[in-house]
Amino acid sequence: MLTTAIIALEADDLLIAVVMLTIFSFLNALLFTTMGAVDVGFTEAVVGAGVTGILLVVAIYQTTYETVD
Amino acid sequence: MKKRVASPIVLLGSRLLSPYIMVFGLYVIFHGHYSPGGGFQGGTLLAASLLLIRISSGRRISRIQFSDYLTTPLAVVGVLIYFGTGLVALFAGGYFLDYGQLPIPGLDGAELRYWGILIIELGIGLTVMAVLVSIFDDMVRGEDE
Repeated sequence: MLTTAIIALEADDLLIAVVMLTIFSFLNALLFTTMGAVDVGFTEAVVGAGVTGILLVVAIYQTTYETVD
Repeated sequence: MKKRVASPIVLLGSRLLSPYIMVFGLYVIFHGHYSPGGGFQGGTLLAASLLLIRISSGRRISRIQFSDYLTTPLAVVGVLIYFGTGLVALFAGGYFLDYGQLPIPGLDGAELRYWGILIIELGIGLTVMAVLVSIFDDMVRGEDE
């Protein structure tokens, strides 16, 4: 989970960052589910790993793939 | 998305997957009383099944499934279901969203709360689905025009 977070922060290609953020969100949902908060984990899986990824990919398609910094 | 050739394999895969996501979303909404989930998660699952078709196919095919001018009226209908239920309970003598005071004949207190929560969550799910699809449509429309 920490690895995916660091890759998402350090990647130059923004599509890689979005995919890593989605994987981070999914692992976070698995962690929530394991710790007993099934409702929070469910919300995290649906919103974080589903809709946020789709909206970020659409945002990338309208702007650029590469970071400038 | 503009000017991309729709792959038939991707389209077939998302067409196979989308109804099951939709059925699971309806299950989450209707079983939100006694299992994890509820209106928000179920509405998001319904929106995910619509957005899957919208991503994999073009605008023309996705408009056949769910037109983009339907999103704002459906969101308004969902909000009106929520506040209408709350206000009916308020005017029937209870507090706002006091499900035990809903004037439905033939039901006692526990069943009234059961059905009240179900109606509320239907409204929430409708609103969340419509608003998420509307956000996606607005973002894509900014690209096309």
